[in-house]
Amino acid sequence: MTDGLPPHVRLANEIAIQFAHLDFTDGATRVAKHMHDFWDPRMLRALFTYKDTTGQDLDPLAAAAVDHLRHPTDPQPPPRESRPQT
Amino acid sequence: MSLLKEPDLGTPARKGDATVEVEIDGQSVVVPEGTSVMRAAALAGMDVPKLCATDSLEAFGSCRLCLVEIDGVKGTPASCTTPVRAGMAVRTQTPRLEKLRRGVMELYISDHPLDCLTCSANGDCELQDMSGVVGLREVRYGVGEGENHLDAPTDSSNPYFDFDASKCIVCSRCVRACDEVQGTFALTIEGRGFDSKVSPGGLDFLSSECVSCGACVQACPTATLEERSVVDLGMPTRSVITTCAYCGVGCSFKAELKGDELVRMVPYKDGGANEGHSCVKGRFAFGYATHPDRQLSPMVREKITDEWRQVSWEEAIQTVATRMRDIQERHGTGAIGGITSSRCTDEEVYVVQKMVRAAFGNNNVDTCARVCHSPTGYGLKQTFGTSAGTQDFKSVDDADVIVVIGANPTDAHPVFASRMKRRLRKGAKLIVMDPRRIGLVRSPHIEAAYHLPLRPGTNVAMVNAFAHVIVTEGLADEEFVASRCEDYEPWAEFIARPENSPEELEEITGVPAADVRAAARLYAAGPNSAIYYGLGVTEHSQGSTMVMGMANLAMVTGNIGRDGVGVNPLRGQNNVQGSCDMGSFPHELPGYRHVSDDNVRDIYEKLWGTPILPEPGLRIPNMFDAAIDGSFRALFVQGEDIAQSDPNTQHVHAALSAMELVVVQDLFLNETAKFAHVFLPGTSFLEKDGTFINAERRINRVRPVMKPKTGKHEWEIVCEIARAMGYPMHYDDTSQIMDEIALTTPTFSGVSFDLLDRVGSVQWPCNENAPLGTPIMHKETFVRGKGRFMPTNYVPTKERSTRKYPLILTTGRILSQYNVGAQTRRTANVTWHPEDTLEIHPHDAEVRGINDGDRVTLASRVGQTSLHARISDRMPVGVVYTTFHHPVTGANVVTTEHSDWATNCPEYKVTAVQVGLQTSKVDADKAQVAVPVAGS
Repeated sequence: MTDGLPPHVRLANEIAIQFAHLDFTDGATRVAKHMHDFWDPRMLRALFTYKDTTGQDLDPLAAAAVDHLRHPTDPQPPPRESRPQT
Repeated sequence: MSLLKEPDLGTPARKGDATVEVEIDGQSVVVPEGTSVMRAAALAGMDVPKLCATDSLEAFGSCRLCLVEIDGVKGTPASCTTPVRAGMAVRTQTPRLEKLRRGVMELYISDHPLDCLTCSANGDCELQDMSGVVGLREVRYGVGEGENHLDAPTDSSNPYFDFDASKCIVCSRCVRACDEVQGTFALTIEGRGFDSKVSPGGLDFLSSECVSCGACVQACPTATLEERSVVDLGMPTRSVITTCAYCGVGCSFKAELKGDELVRMVPYKDGGANEGHSCVKGRFAFGYATHPDRQLSPMVREKITDEWRQVSWEEAIQTVATRMRDIQERHGTGAIGGITSSRCTDEEVYVVQKMVRAAFGNNNVDTCARVCHSPTGYGLKQTFGTSAGTQDFKSVDDADVIVVIGANPTDAHPVFASRMKRRLRKGAKLIVMDPRRIGLVRSPHIEAAYHLPLRPGTNVAMVNAFAHVIVTEGLADEEFVASRCEDYEPWAEFIARPENSPEELEEITGVPAADVRAAARLYAAGPNSAIYYGLGVTEHSQGSTMVMGMANLAMVTGNIGRDGVGVNPLRGQNNVQGSCDMGSFPHELPGYRHVSDDNVRDIYEKLWGTPILPEPGLRIPNMFDAAIDGSFRALFVQGEDIAQSDPNTQHVHAALSAMELVVVQDLFLNETAKFAHVFLPGTSFLEKDGTFINAERRINRVRPVMKPKTGKHEWEIVCEIARAMGYPMHYDDTSQIMDEIALTTPTFSGVSFDLLDRVGSVQWPCNENAPLGTPIMHKETFVRGKGRFMPTNYVPTKERSTRKYPLILTTGRILSQYNVGAQTRRTANVTWHPEDTLEIHPHDAEVRGINDGDRVTLASRVGQTSLHARISDRMPVGVVYTTFHHPVTGANVVTTEHSDWATNCPEYKVTAVQVGLQTSKVDADKAQVAVPVAGS
């Protein structure tokens, strides 16, 4: 069902869930690469802004991917309890 | 006369290396073993008279006209049914044979009207020809004397052809064509002896199981089965070989004309994709090209509420250019973009993406493949290294196991389906994965070994279960995997986990584990197993994952790189493959090369003399979102009706309404044109000059049958817009565009119009390594080197049935209609499908009080529409189905924003809905009755 999220957030979350079975760092890197390869820059900017402002509905893996896109070093996994259950 | 008469050697060619040498009328000829005497004679230049024989059908031996004498053989055997033997000496012309043949012809003619001068087949009648060949000068029995069939009635029920029984010689060619070529078995010979007659199952043609493919008309040697257009207009006088503009099979046709009037489309025997066969759309449904609805003048309006105003080409082009530039000045370079069409030629598509990249200065170009096969592009590139199917169509002739996943070839790709059915009738096994019991599951002389009616949205679970069986039961082709692939171990570890077993996934897919195991074993056993798939794979939230899952299956069983195997997307539209190849995606330049690749950009920047952005642009759904948020303000739409075909209609309409400028280039004022400010009339396939690329990567020429009715080719208009925007873009003719494609795209470097005109067609890659193209890909190595196994974690779609929306809607096509129906609704094909209907299982109908034919409401969380119900046990309980050919039905009013995670391809195949009986007067008043645009 629809979740009422902005499109870029919904899309980022949909990508993130596909990589949720991977090691977190590997998953975040792959999500970041996918967004880098396929997303128009304005979508990335909107996602960055969302993470920096509200951000609460952004999948942690997608959030880590945003960090990776900004600073292409290994993203740090969030605390286990805050990661989505898949 | 410049009609292209193709040679008919009488019986089909035989394959094989073994040959036989025989002597025909003193002339030696060497032919493959099993060849008929008739064919051998024809190859030696000695045509034997014939009526019941034609080389598209197996020999039948009924007309007795092809008798020959053979040394050492008693009597006069029929040359069509007699195979050659080594050392055989045959005589085809002797006084005895001539007398016998005249006697046979006398009998035929004694029961045939002698109205040759007024007959519709005059000049194109084999009976007439043979009468001349045998030297018939008299009919001793009289003509029409005694008992005869001259008053037999004509069946004109079919809108496209007549069946005039009075002219039938009961040669059975039509019956055999329906059986052998089409595979429908709709016709039979009814009665015995003198009472024998061709019958569509005791009914008229329209009421019968006939699918109007035209194979019987093609096979008929007389005027018995004749195109209505020939009856009305007379015999055509010239032919142009061109390519069909419907589905991705890409059939070659002879367009046959009188002057500039198209009389008929005849399937071309040398067509690489169809080899002389056709379907009801390509064969007959071309009337839309001259339909009165067609717009031939450019039009402009300030606001979409204004009336259209016809303007000159100059004004229309200048309006587009001026307003595009104005929007860019106010909102930025990236505020405009374009969409290319899979119905247009490669050359037309190429210039649009060039206009966007070079004149617009951004990468905001996408194509309608976004909403169909974009996951194919992604999935096959990730695993095999290139975004295309692996085989040619002929390959299916060598398949032992055929897996059809999420495709309905008999409706959507009928000419390929006929080829596939021929192979199935010869013994290949069939596995069908589809929620719906499609026609292939059980049809004449065909029954699927396994039909796995999985729940919509569970494809990846199913393909994982298949792979689990193969890996855990030791069925993998370890040698192939070791030598040809990489990343196998992590994938195998993942797929072997208990969570991927058929037993664990049974609750998700709804398919018994035992059936899944048995089907997987059958696929692995092959030895040649081939996967064919359609939009039932791609149009899901995990469409790309499923494509990779199928590629994994093919790799783990070694079913890649030879005839009879592979992973084969059945493309929806005529040029889906080509439009993708031509750089229509916002992240890729032609040839599937990413825009971030400096070396690739450098090629185009030097040639085009302008920088190209290294970052992807907006995809179609992103364009809609950006239009609503205000950052995307203008769109050029080439031949795609996004307002009807894209999901979540309300959202699309809001996006289109939000734009300052929508430019539509199309044949008709379609649904999208309601939101347009400039309308640029397009050309039909009969006017186009260029190429289409079909699902097997075959580059076919589209030759102009007539001049553009609008006065301009579409590519010329695009070039003029680019020039008006200040970017110089010019070609003298279409061949120069292909030359530029070849110059800049390695997989096309050997392609030219000259080559295509010389050899007919080629399949890319066509370059110095493969000067005549590549029918089978990945033979020695994969395009990316090693085939890559990709993990395919099953993630359920978010779109799930709920108490409020307890059913799942899935959508598809029907044989007689094509996509949003812009073409087929403007032909007599509406006879078969005047409106979209909702297929619903008897149980789901009963609990809702719905009877067959009732008008029902169809509602999802995003919209509601209404249509008539059709109760069908082809559907599983809990799943309903409709088509999207009629705008008034508005199937996409109910489809949602969910899409494939990798490509944004919409999830058309899974929408939670509720269906209810439409009872209230208010609802009834609002009911949209689907009325065809015209029935011409």
